[in-house]
Amino acid sequence: MRAVTLPASLEHLKEALDFLEARAREAGLDGKRILEMQLALEEVLANVFTYAYPDGGGVVEIRCFPEGSGRLAIEVRDRGIPFDCLSRKDPDLEAVLDDRPIGGLGIFLFKRLSSRVEYRREDDTNILSLLF
Amino acid sequence: MEITKSKEGKGLVISVKGRLDAVTSPSFDKEMEETLAEGETALVVDFEHLDYISSAGLRSILAVTKQLKARDGRIVLASLKDIVREVFEISGFNKIIPIYASREEAVSNL
Repeated sequence: MRAVTLPASLEHLKEALDFLEARAREAGLDGKRILEMQLALEEVLANVFTYAYPDGGGVVEIRCFPEGSGRLAIEVRDRGIPFDCLSRKDPDLEAVLDDRPIGGLGIFLFKRLSSRVEYRREDDTNILSLLF
Repeated sequence: MEITKSKEGKGLVISVKGRLDAVTSPSFDKEMEETLAEGETALVVDFEHLDYISSAGLRSILAVTKQLKARDGRIVLASLKDIVREVFEISGFNKIIPIYASREEAVSNL
């Protein structure tokens, strides 16, 4: 397992995505799959950056676990306010332009891009696990 | 991310190169705001050199689409790479914004 801990702010998004790319290459994933994983991680982190620490100053930890045969699990941990993103309702994909809200797609995207998503709260920590 | 604009036919072609994500979408939004302020109402967004888009980029595209609709304008997209097309399909945005295989086709369908 390899992990990185970063301040929970947008300026550190690139570092997080670069870390993931390196781990994904080590695990033998190909280019398009790596982009899909980066996209999923960006969406998870965007929520953490925006909502986890209303007073700012928090950190986020990203753990990568190679699962063998080109699979990789990612865990995103923050100690912000409890947030179960899986409890959010999916957007209405059939809605016409006027009825499509601006935003609200991030969670749906990472749910669709990963093969399994789990949320748990352990003590003061939100843990979101994604399997690719 | 790099943005270049060129007048083609009756529209403005906006080529976006690189990544359209949470970091770069604010500067894309700013470019679009300026473009609309200049009175452009027929836009082709050429994604031939766009390597990556996240929900922040989708949000930007949806916002400009809504603004153009409000002023009887039109926006179409061209030349999406596989990963970008996949994001448009998952989000259902391919049903609300016309997507063409090439820039030429997009311009002629404005």
